[in-house]
Amino acid sequence: MVCALVLALAGEAHAQGLARVRAQGELRWAGDLQGGEPYVYRDPRDPSKLIGFEVEIARALARRLSLREQFIQNDWKNLLPSLARGDFDLAMNGLEDTPQLRASALATRPYCAFTEQLVVRKGAKARTLAELSGKRVGTLASSQAHELLRTLPQIETVLYEGQEEPYFDLAQGRLDAVLLDSVIASRYGLNKPELELATADVAHGTYVIAVRPGEADLRDALDGALAAMEAEGELLRILTRWGLTAPAQAPRASAEDQAAPPTERTRLDAAQGMLFLRGAAITLFVSLLAMALAVPFGLLLALLRLYGNAPLRLLSQAYIEAFRGTPVLLQLYLLYYGLAPLIHLSALTAAILGLGLNYAAYEAEVHRAALSALPIGQSEAAAALGLTRWQALRLVLLPQALRTALPAMTNDLISLLKDSSLVSVITVVELTKQMTITAVDVRSWVLPGLLCALLYFAMSYPLSLLAQRLEAKLAGVPEAALAGPPPGSAR
Amino acid sequence: MSDPLVRVIQLQKSHGGRPVLRGIDAEVRKGETIALVGPSGGGKSTFLRCLNGLTPFDAGSVHVAGHDLLPGTPPDDRSLVSLRVRVGMVFQGFNLFPHLTALQNVSLAPVHVQGEPAAEAERRARELLARVGLADRAGALPAQLSGGQQQRVAIARALALRPELTLFDEPTSALDPEMRGEVLTVLRDLAAAGQTMLVVTHEMGFARAVAHRVWVFDEGKLVEDGPPSEVCDRPRSERARAFFNAAR
Repeated sequence: MVCALVLALAGEAHAQGLARVRAQGELRWAGDLQGGEPYVYRDPRDPSKLIGFEVEIARALARRLSLREQFIQNDWKNLLPSLARGDFDLAMNGLEDTPQLRASALATRPYCAFTEQLVVRKGAKARTLAELSGKRVGTLASSQAHELLRTLPQIETVLYEGQEEPYFDLAQGRLDAVLLDSVIASRYGLNKPELELATADVAHGTYVIAVRPGEADLRDALDGALAAMEAEGELLRILTRWGLTAPAQAPRASAEDQAAPPTERTRLDAAQGMLFLRGAAITLFVSLLAMALAVPFGLLLALLRLYGNAPLRLLSQAYIEAFRGTPVLLQLYLLYYGLAPLIHLSALTAAILGLGLNYAAYEAEVHRAALSALPIGQSEAAAALGLTRWQALRLVLLPQALRTALPAMTNDLISLLKDSSLVSVITVVELTKQMTITAVDVRSWVLPGLLCALLYFAMSYPLSLLAQRLEAKLAGVPEAALAGPPPGSAR
Repeated sequence: MSDPLVRVIQLQKSHGGRPVLRGIDAEVRKGETIALVGPSGGGKSTFLRCLNGLTPFDAGSVHVAGHDLLPGTPPDDRSLVSLRVRVGMVFQGFNLFPHLTALQNVSLAPVHVQGEPAAEAERRARELLARVGLADRAGALPAQLSGGQQQRVAIARALALRPELTLFDEPTSALDPEMRGEVLTVLRDLAAAGQTMLVVTHEMGFARAVAHRVWVFDEGKLVEDGPPSEVCDRPRSERARAFFNAAR
């Protein structure tokens, strides 16, 4: 809705495009260096320089428009929203000519053609999309291949954010195939010895440059420059040098076909609502199991740190510091991708394990604080009654410490619920990931965002109430007992 | 048996380089009630805690209820378990377990340390609570009891293992004056029943009326040892005289 409004307003402020760019004197174009070779990336021999076929095209375009050229780094997923915000003049970074793109931006004529290629492990039986029914196929979120796979619900689609990871998982056996464009497939998939091409031309498409709606004159100027590059053979020279294919001629016709707004715009309907509920269920599932792992493991770490011998104490402390001192995102990557050659974990297992191991470090500190806060008289009384250290812990100290720790643990569970959104980097589609997917589909962040927030709130608020009640209970009757009378310290 | 229940020879203990006990010699016979008195910091509580191993000592010989304690034994050493079953202790701060009822506090050690059947341990715990006048509060949590009641539960808990010796570390010091009486009454009854007790106390009236012997600790030394009439009224040492004059 808001997007549509913005588009309408931008449409009103027509004709600013080319004049604005000329006034600023430079062509500001955006891409994501993380996309890497061959698009736009840092020269390995001189990291201060950018190279790539898109760099060369951008320079040629700028030259032909008598402008300087300026690259703007932008997260690939957010190229179009950032374009709409006015962060740069155009986005050129392997953007496929899809209805989604044309719904939120103007597209130039294509500058590169590709085919969608299906890559499998060597000798795999299922080698076509039809044969992959019921199997797992990886692709990049919001890509044309993703669009294509969405029309095939019998295939389980696994979404990635980088082009390296799907082929890695395919080689590891976590996927049965990867569907991505030929530019990516040749550089990231087919160079792996254990992978091979199954279907070379599942579909084909083109890369286009995206320009803000309402800056049609800039789009037309870029089209003119691209047409001249094609006519003079400059585009073909660039593409050939990078081993790429030039777009077929007469691309305008197909562009006109697609220029009409897509008829099937996704709505935020009951089906999308069910997907959200599913995402929420996965969020809850991952969070609860991770916490169920973190609490006992954290307790073990706390006990080792408090009562273990010197090496065990050191080990426990090292674990706690290492897991608290590094980002959980990094730990998830290492667990899922880094350890893959050694331990084969499913995405869900890795998510639960990763969050659980991370939170164990925090729970260890919660347990340790609760145990340390117990009056010394409690362990002395236990010892004086002949209880062994382990009995004292089990019968006297832990039951009290766990009560003290319960509010803190409940609060940590609320944090965990939100931190669980990080597991989308290892392909788990939980609530936040579902929100971003839906937001792209319905072309609005407002309603999906609100729905997502509502669901998080519905999960965390009861926990928050529980924590408050537990704290009130602790602050009430039992606290007087925990604090005890003035400690008998006379010696 | 003429063998004393407690025999301590040249017990020494220092804390942070400062001597707390400087060579204590003492003996306790079965059935005796002894009041340990003296100025604060004199070493009486430390002495008491050395007898059940809660405070490790540095040198000397400590023989308690058939056990010989070794210097430097950590307070949670397994070797001390069999000693603690025979030596009960009551603390100034009660130290009841707040998550357990009065009954559970009392029956915990018989069940988990001595392996007594739960039903039998519970029956005896009720008896002990009745003995300290709390038959009707068996199901109460410590927080629901007054200080005097808590200390009486703690006494029942210490007696649950049928100890040969019970150590009381200032059992009434944390109580309001009106609650001291109920605890002292329990102690008097125990002494009359022949329970061997060492009681660190500032209650001179109690020491005089109940104790068979009074020990005066001062600056890490046992300076007086004798019947209350003798020690309290005709102390031999200058320090003890000063203490009793101040306490009067």
